[in-house]
Amino acid sequence: MTSQSNYRIGIDVGGTNTDAVVMEGRVVVGYAKRATTGDVTGGVVDALTGALAETGIDPTAVGAVMIGTTHFVNAVVQRRNLSRVGVLRLCGPATGSLPPMVDWPPDLRDVVAGYVALLPGGVEYDGQPLVDLDEAAVRAACAEIRALGLTSVAISSVFSPVTAAHEERAAAIVAQELPDAAISVSHKVGRLGLLERENATIMNACLRELGARTLAAFRQAMTDLGLKCPLYLAQNDGTLMTADFAEQFPVFTFASGPTNSMRGAAFLSGLQEAVVIDIGGTTTDIGALTHGFPREASVEVEVGGVRTNFRMPDVLSFGLGGGSLVLGDCPDVRVGPLSVGYEIRTKAHIFGGDTLTASDLAVAGGRADLGDASRVKALDPELVQAGLAFLQRRVEESVDRMKLSRDAVPVVLVGGGSILIDDTNLKGASTVVRPPHYQVANAVGAAIAQISGEVDRVVALEGQTREQALALVKREAVERAVAAGADPETVKIVDVEDIPLVYLPSNAVRMRVKAVGDLHVR
Amino acid sequence: MSANVDPETGVWTLNEQDVEYVALGAAILGTGGGGNAYLGKLRAWQQLRAGRRIRIISPASLKDDDIVIVVGGIGAPTVGNEKMEAGDEGYRAVRAVEQAIGRKATALGTDEIGGSNAIEPMIAAALADLPMVDADGMGRAFPELQMNTFFIYGVKPAPGALCDEKGNVVVFNEVASATWLEKLARAGTVAMGCTAAFALPPITGKQIKDYGVKHTVSQAWRLGKAVFTARAEKRDPVAEILAHEHGTLLFRGKVVDLKRWTTGGFARGLVEVEGFGDFGAQTLKIEFQNENLIARNGDRVVATVPDLICIVDSETGRAISTEETRYGLRIAVLGLPATPLFRTPEALAVVGPRAFGYDVDYQPLGAYVDPEPVVK
Repeated sequence: MTSQSNYRIGIDVGGTNTDAVVMEGRVVVGYAKRATTGDVTGGVVDALTGALAETGIDPTAVGAVMIGTTHFVNAVVQRRNLSRVGVLRLCGPATGSLPPMVDWPPDLRDVVAGYVALLPGGVEYDGQPLVDLDEAAVRAACAEIRALGLTSVAISSVFSPVTAAHEERAAAIVAQELPDAAISVSHKVGRLGLLERENATIMNACLRELGARTLAAFRQAMTDLGLKCPLYLAQNDGTLMTADFAEQFPVFTFASGPTNSMRGAAFLSGLQEAVVIDIGGTTTDIGALTHGFPREASVEVEVGGVRTNFRMPDVLSFGLGGGSLVLGDCPDVRVGPLSVGYEIRTKAHIFGGDTLTASDLAVAGGRADLGDASRVKALDPELVQAGLAFLQRRVEESVDRMKLSRDAVPVVLVGGGSILIDDTNLKGASTVVRPPHYQVANAVGAAIAQISGEVDRVVALEGQTREQALALVKREAVERAVAAGADPETVKIVDVEDIPLVYLPSNAVRMRVKAVGDLHVR
Repeated sequence: MSANVDPETGVWTLNEQDVEYVALGAAILGTGGGGNAYLGKLRAWQQLRAGRRIRIISPASLKDDDIVIVVGGIGAPTVGNEKMEAGDEGYRAVRAVEQAIGRKATALGTDEIGGSNAIEPMIAAALADLPMVDADGMGRAFPELQMNTFFIYGVKPAPGALCDEKGNVVVFNEVASATWLEKLARAGTVAMGCTAAFALPPITGKQIKDYGVKHTVSQAWRLGKAVFTARAEKRDPVAEILAHEHGTLLFRGKVVDLKRWTTGGFARGLVEVEGFGDFGAQTLKIEFQNENLIARNGDRVVATVPDLICIVDSETGRAISTEETRYGLRIAVLGLPATPLFRTPEALAVVGPRAFGYDVDYQPLGAYVDPEPVVK
């Protein structure tokens, strides 16, 4: 073994299982699958310990650890572990018709809304002030926030993606007045579209405390295990962010689970265009690969009932997995959406329990070899077939919705629960691939992830051509990727969007550039 | 769920679900433009939640000398999505026109049923506690103010009023033509930061009955409800739209190219669609200036303005605006017939293909069927 840090460990924290996979370059060296724990960190430690033991590698030979987790999006969806937020909107006389969180589900708003103020500030589309920032008003708002004992603040300003000066100045004031507060500024979280960007910023703010606790626990876990390498978290677009960055922007992890499973599926199967079905313990996610990356959703994405404009993968998720409850009698047998989740190992029939789950049907129907098959021999064969047919149909319907044409498409099956499906007879599939290491495709996706830098802003073309402006934005995207940890030699521009804005004077253009490079592992 | 119409007064009162239906149908009739209906819908809901009323009356119920003031948003949708309204811009624009003419409005109305301007007047109407008339000036959306039936058929294009969130109110007392009103209002809008409310000059009850495109609020409501129900019952929403609007399926395919450029101060563009299914091996090209203007299948022109060229999601029937269009989207392109009021020679000079610079004669896409009114 050389002294080079050749190994990367990708970890996926799912609803039921936490998987850790060790990779050396493009080769899977070994992996471990353990139960996800309520505190998340426990499962991560178990999986890491298991993976290190399984592969026998020296922890100091690991060059990087990357974690993909749905912990933060789950917190929002379940309304748990969220902090109350002080919300400042810098808008002057505009936007009052739709105050912050106006379109939130009331139960989430009740948990998160701590203080809301609409203050003088914000700019027009060309960067000219709408009205000057009222610094005294910001300080007065801070006094109220302090009195309420809030420790997380979200600041959104009209047209901050064009120029962020008001947001940055307000943030500096908040930092002075409330030195212990976590501050989230909208121009770093989202893009044009005030309500959606503000929603994302407030969600980020309500997750900051959970983020700090979770990252601290991850770092401690790594120290305890003798891992001395950097820690990364997977983000929505399938690329990585440093642990420090992730602590400030927990919202960027929201879609990392499905994104990683699709990237892992592409890598393991070698297919760049396919529908990917990832069946876990509780949920099935179905997406489509195009050029090896998940196809992006074309509409606003709702998270926990809140409208955001994150660029998220187009994924159909529904409650169907290995631990899904089997309910009803023939012929109306239903499977899911409720699931025993990570309690499957005690509750399912095949593991000695008395709850009928999808995994029990799969074993009874001969599709899988798991647990103790004799414990499901007495199940009514009609019930078993009806339940399995229900599963198959639900998956086939979703595949049909994700396909880009009426032609049959290649399908990649990943996730531990993929054993539920009859892969010899899947409607809509031209071929079904269940690649080696399919059980840990998510963790593989995290392990192979790259680093990105993205710039998305409105540019006024005064005194420069479109080409000049685009070149500057491209350079900035590359710089951001390198600053985030990408190897400068490998950074490429992967996406350029250049939109003249309708009805604006013709010199205003929206430019969005993404640069991606390989992780520079030192 | 049926419409809430008072049998004695003939007044149709909208609830939140009704607003949702109108927004859904209006987006389809927006032919790619018309702004973002979601925020408008939310603002209308805020009015209802504050206890105000959104009421629709039929054009037939207007007296000939009643005054209707048409009001809506003007400017860049991107800006409206970011610098959202203070909320009373439309209301104040209406009041400014009333002050200029020394008369109160009987009802408010919309210039274009396509897009968010189907909803905008509802907000001013709620604040003023006035009804909105079930008609518009287009039966769709168009980019410029002179492109409506009122101005085409001779309604005097002044006085109009422009109002922004900063407290600016500009009244155009006299203009040389509707085209001049567009130029001046557009210049004012840009100075205001590219988003404002605009109240049109007064239109009489008789002019609404003679020149208005009638029952288009009903049309948008029924269309939205039909699509909503089709989705819930897992029937094909696209087929539903075509049946409802007596339209033609022009194309089904995947967006494979998208170009945008600026001409004459407006952003124009071209969408290229590669067909699938029955349209396999064919290519459709659609040119737009915010709204879709002309569609060509290979060399053959299959539809032009003033007929409606609607791009919707191939599966859900959801309208896709020209700003949202991008590579990979699976779309259906639908051709819906324009109102006969747009098919006359004097109208075609303003809204036909030649008015947009295409050296092509207008070929009507089928017969127009008057929308069935909710209130007779």
